[in-house]
Amino acid sequence: MSASIVIVDYGMGNLRSVQKAFEKVGFRAIITREHELIKSATHIVLPGVGAFRDAMKNLNSLGLVEVLNEEVLKNKKLFLGICLGMQLIAQKSYEFGECEGLGWIEAEVIKFDEGDLKIPHVGWNSVDYASPSILFENVPNGSDFYFVHSYYFNALNSYVIGHSSYGRNFICALQKDNIFATQFHPEKSQKHGLQIIKNFASLTKESLC
Amino acid sequence: MLKHRLIPCVLLKNWQLVKSIEFDSYRTIGHPTATVRVYNSRNVDELIVLDIDASLNNEPINSEIITDMANECFMPLTIGGGIRTIDDVYTVLGAGADKVAINSEAIKNPLFIKEIATIFGSQCVVCSIDVKKVDEAYRVFSKKDGLLDIDPLELALEYEKQGAGEILLTSVDRDGTTKGYDIELLKLFKNALKIPIIINGGMGEPKHAIEALQNGADALAAAYIFHFTQFTPQMIKEELSLNHYPVRLS
Repeated sequence: MSASIVIVDYGMGNLRSVQKAFEKVGFRAIITREHELIKSATHIVLPGVGAFRDAMKNLNSLGLVEVLNEEVLKNKKLFLGICLGMQLIAQKSYEFGECEGLGWIEAEVIKFDEGDLKIPHVGWNSVDYASPSILFENVPNGSDFYFVHSYYFNALNSYVIGHSSYGRNFICALQKDNIFATQFHPEKSQKHGLQIIKNFASLTKESLC
Repeated sequence: MLKHRLIPCVLLKNWQLVKSIEFDSYRTIGHPTATVRVYNSRNVDELIVLDIDASLNNEPINSEIITDMANECFMPLTIGGGIRTIDDVYTVLGAGADKVAINSEAIKNPLFIKEIATIFGSQCVVCSIDVKKVDEAYRVFSKKDGLLDIDPLELALEYEKQGAGEILLTSVDRDGTTKGYDIELLKLFKNALKIPIIINGGMGEPKHAIEALQNGADALAAAYIFHFTQFTPQMIKEELSLNHYPVRLS
């Protein structure tokens, strides 16, 4: 079965740039908030820039939390969270006060607060692999990717596939079964980023088993 | 490790990308989408495009051409020029930009920065400050209103307080001159801000890039050097790397 990719539109950030990255590597992706379209997809992408609280509020009010839980956790659809989309799968965030996330991974989202660090962490930073993942196929270890964020994903190391360093080491990529997530923006990271988009789009549920 | 960014900063005028010389005359760089394609292949780290028709002549923002450029741009794209309302920000981001650069509107109303940051996040707001040196003092310069009696660092601190994500600091005197960045200006800003500073105006050879990073710049914007000298982005980055400044090499 060919990939049917949806980019979840919940009013947070630049979805078109994610869509054109899929197009660039030869895949069609639909931007939608329609439950039925998300349910019929094989691949679900949750991008997003902006504040955690607003994002959760939007996901809730659009009824998307239930749909995502059902499709990703129960039906094991392939999922890619990007930037805020990665942070949202944590249990909670401390951005503008404590706020509950989707809770797919035991993790918290906390602010960088190391000394003289400039915040946000913005620009290209290298990613070191923590464990092998199909997401990084054909991407050399240590490649640079584009980041822009003030909060980071803090979790146990069990699902970590990539680390980066900004004042401290932090988790910038993870995989838990069918769930993939990156703190960096593959859609803004030129050839290596496009390779990651391609790797994700080329996956099938069966290939993960 | 976080890399220092090298960022072409060009102007959009009459559907062409151009480079200004001391904010006065213009040299044509080329067709927007063709130029973006070239930048993409030459390993620059971001792109800033300022629409001067929209900012100077009150024309609507050219969202058609922004869309065309964004479609070719697989790196962060900042669009500025003539952004006066939240609707303008929606238009520009909807056309595919990742960040907006705000200049004149924020001088009049710094709360505009806060408004954008609240809705779209600080990472989305680049505050652009144009500076001119007059009688040994630095003052904010407005393309429309000329020299203003505003201290650029005070303005930058105000922007930071309102939630700006980055400062784009341009020396009008050095713009398009290849004389090097205004290091004295940069020194005034060194360690004063918690947000990144992109220095702009005057890079004519790789050693200017080193000087700027030595003196507190986080990222380097330029245009003239990429189009009207023998130096390529890669050559500048190699020189920086040799001098132990982390950069993204291809």
